[in-house]
Amino acid sequence: MRKAGWLSGVMAALVMGAAIVFSPLAHADEFDALASGHFEDMAGAIATLAASGNPQAVPVLHALEEHQLFASSQGGLFIRQGENYVDARTGQPVSATPPDLHPMRLNNRVRKALAGAQAEMELVAPQRDVRLKAATALYGRHDPALLPAIDHALSVEKDSGVRVKLEEARAATILGQAPVEGAQSQRLEAVHTLAGVGGLEARGILASVAAASVEAPDVRKAASEGVSAIDWHLRMWSVFQNAFYGLSYGSVLLLAATGLAITFGVMGVINMAHGEMMMIGAYTTWMVQQGIRATAPMLEPVSILLAIPVAFLVCGTIGVVIERGLIRFLYGRPLETLLATWGLSLILQQAVRSIFGPTNLAVETPLWLSGSFALGGMDITLNRLAIFIFAGLVLGGLMLVLRRTPLGLQMRAVTQNRRMAALMGIRTPRVDALAFGLGAGLAGLAGVAVSQIDNVSPNLGQSYIIDSFMVVVFGGVGNLWGTLAAAMALGMGGKILEPTIGAVSAKIAILVLVILYIQRHPRGMFPVRGRGVES
Amino acid sequence: MPVTLPNLSRRAFGRLALASSVAAVGAAWSSERSYAAAPKGEPIKVGILHSLSGTMAISETTLKDVMLMLIAEQNRKGGLLGRPLEAVVVDPASNWPLFAEKARQLLSVDKVSAVFGCWTSVSRKSVLPVFEELNGILFYPVQYEAQECSRNIFYTGAAPNQQAIPAVDYLLSEDGGGAKRFALVGTDYVYPRTTNQILVNYLKSKGIADEDIMVNYTPFGQSDWQTIVSQIKAFGSAGKKTAVVSTINGDANVPFYKELGNQGISSTDIPVMAFSVGEEELAGMDTKPLVGQLAAWNYFESIDTPANEAFIKQWHEFTKNPKRTTNDPMEAHYIGFNMWVQAVTKAGTTDHDKVIDAMIGIRQPNLTGGVAEMLPDHHLTKPVYIGEIQDDGQFSVVWKTPALVPGQAWSPWVPETKDLIGDWSQPIACGNYNTVTKTCIGKKHA
Repeated sequence: MRKAGWLSGVMAALVMGAAIVFSPLAHADEFDALASGHFEDMAGAIATLAASGNPQAVPVLHALEEHQLFASSQGGLFIRQGENYVDARTGQPVSATPPDLHPMRLNNRVRKALAGAQAEMELVAPQRDVRLKAATALYGRHDPALLPAIDHALSVEKDSGVRVKLEEARAATILGQAPVEGAQSQRLEAVHTLAGVGGLEARGILASVAAASVEAPDVRKAASEGVSAIDWHLRMWSVFQNAFYGLSYGSVLLLAATGLAITFGVMGVINMAHGEMMMIGAYTTWMVQQGIRATAPMLEPVSILLAIPVAFLVCGTIGVVIERGLIRFLYGRPLETLLATWGLSLILQQAVRSIFGPTNLAVETPLWLSGSFALGGMDITLNRLAIFIFAGLVLGGLMLVLRRTPLGLQMRAVTQNRRMAALMGIRTPRVDALAFGLGAGLAGLAGVAVSQIDNVSPNLGQSYIIDSFMVVVFGGVGNLWGTLAAAMALGMGGKILEPTIGAVSAKIAILVLVILYIQRHPRGMFPVRGRGVES
Repeated sequence: MPVTLPNLSRRAFGRLALASSVAAVGAAWSSERSYAAAPKGEPIKVGILHSLSGTMAISETTLKDVMLMLIAEQNRKGGLLGRPLEAVVVDPASNWPLFAEKARQLLSVDKVSAVFGCWTSVSRKSVLPVFEELNGILFYPVQYEAQECSRNIFYTGAAPNQQAIPAVDYLLSEDGGGAKRFALVGTDYVYPRTTNQILVNYLKSKGIADEDIMVNYTPFGQSDWQTIVSQIKAFGSAGKKTAVVSTINGDANVPFYKELGNQGISSTDIPVMAFSVGEEELAGMDTKPLVGQLAAWNYFESIDTPANEAFIKQWHEFTKNPKRTTNDPMEAHYIGFNMWVQAVTKAGTTDHDKVIDAMIGIRQPNLTGGVAEMLPDHHLTKPVYIGEIQDDGQFSVVWKTPALVPGQAWSPWVPETKDLIGDWSQPIACGNYNTVTKTCIGKKHA
């Protein structure tokens, strides 16, 4: 028993499901140990089973992972296959469903053992991809017990890509062992291999080698040199990494603010319900996802793309209705507009809360938008990258609308001189309604994007409204380039300050800097002339 | 009874029309049900002080619903002291000063016999002087930082020694991964700061060095976790097993877990132990990337006992929604309400002083097979469970304290309060009694 006494006392009191045996006693075989439901025994049984070469090992471990492994109260172990059960020991189907079945539960310890065991078995799989994945997984595991399996795999492996990964896994595994007499050169070599690999995982292993007093002095020296080399490398890359974080945070701010840049920046309407338009965009995304799941499940991975036009249209329509029904009576009265739209935002929030409930909704992230990839020493998360690209496309599209379409021309004309535009035959009320609808639609697009990174709850809009106004005012009211510059400046500024002074102080510092800047330059970074807020 | 029934209903409805519309619908529904079965007599009023709008509505609306369910159930069982119970629902709208105003209204205008309410510590601190001034009774159902012990409040949620300390014990243990390095990440307000102060002292007493503890605070509603998650990742690469203890509150959890998933931190590399993430929060998350992440509570919906099964069934029937989850603060209200019913029955009156005295020592079976006892410091005995998130959005219990843990109002891990105890029974009758100097500090609770 590796455990301390108090711990086994605690373990004995562990309650899980209805019928679980808590005996730290020896089990007849690894199937018995697995069926015990005792996490420590299960982890041991998994390793034994994987090394045993038992043909049942693969299906049993697979079933365990997929929650298809069941134990009966008599200690039998069964794999569920559809409606039927198969005896885990023999692989033979059982005629009648065994009584008192309960599913085998996992904890992190068992999950870790399972991942290692599967990688071990897959090292000699016929497919190259599977072997590569297994070798990569073993690198992160560095369990000394796996060394023979890795050595065996190395002796038969032909593919050079897999060999590299295996060598790395071997180096990590060797350093995971306690140092023994005469293994010094082997360990030194492993340290050099890992120092060459770099990255956080290698740094972790080398750091523990460098700190171990039982290690030979030259191995420790090499390890600490490796750590400083990796640290230097990581520090260099962290500049780029922070720049990426800043750009991606900036692009979220940009998305949230572009709609406001139209309604507030171009039209001069203080729209406090702007955040709620984002919220409705996010809820639309959820509804589209649910609708597609119910009607056309094969389209589910692209539901987020389908939600983009739907959210734009839904929010745009609501925007036109709001302008016609409320805002148009309040032009030129900023204070009343502010109060009316604030009231509207409360109404919309409570309406959504009443219809969809106060709890968060889960908008699922499709597989092609989850995870990350490594670029040099950087980790690029896919959903952030997608939002970055999306923000660029939205801004580009908006520029095109404003510069190249009749609506854009009319909007600019109305902004610059409303009476003149009216005299030229432009129906200014219609332009107002469409412009407000465009702003609301853009907020809807932002809602689609933030549904991938944030809560979808009735409060979603609240967290973005202040930042959006700050971006628009800071950038210069009425100037899209200003909005872009301000969003990126605030995003980068925040992400540069955050690691050094903490998230709370960074937020305060940014606000103080913006206030100081606005005091000196009341019209923002890129001021424009026009109807704007002034007239 | 058929003669008085419409009469009473109309009166009840008229009074409630003054309250917010949402509240009125819920309360009218419950009183209609209650008068149908309960005996005649002047109703005993029970105040429900939970936000039904604003940012906290996400958590607190459920507690309002569960209270209405419990009150309706009690009326079906014949009411209390032969009188029906009547819920008075108010909406403090996630607005802390408004909590104090609504509490005053409940106590001095509606003259309620007990109030069940509050979620955030700041709302509790806001109503505390009102309850002490007007000698009311408040049942507070949420795990919190403790360091408070008022005669007028019964703390049915967990104190730090009933959640945070056992959770860290688990992380230190072999089964929890044997963590040697801890990142304490939280939202910047009183609960995470106090809890982390307690945890830092506790970890140091367990031999964890200063450089192996990282403390990080973020603003409310933090939605961009990129830098902090990558800091945690770097912190975890020092060659020692690392764990994260999260006191991140409310809405900020979803983007935090999403970022963890995206940056590829899995529960087997760096486990995250959360104190504020329950079934309700998981309902709004895609749990696939979170499998194996941990939470510490005194109750989990997945715990298989007859009492829990019956409670869940009743909840589903009451809400007419078979997917509504149950959670820890709901169990706390269940225990608190039933204890109050017992205390009123024992005292034979709803008189506040008599009920407060009768509360101590009341025992009420909890939903997970144990018995909660109201201790002299107005905290409960509770079991502590560690659950791992499963891909179906539920927790599977992987660890449990061997015995029920009695709640401590004052933490022994904070130097200023290590000698203090709360004891409202005679002869001490003091919320902050110094066991060394044998004196009561008195009117200062925090």
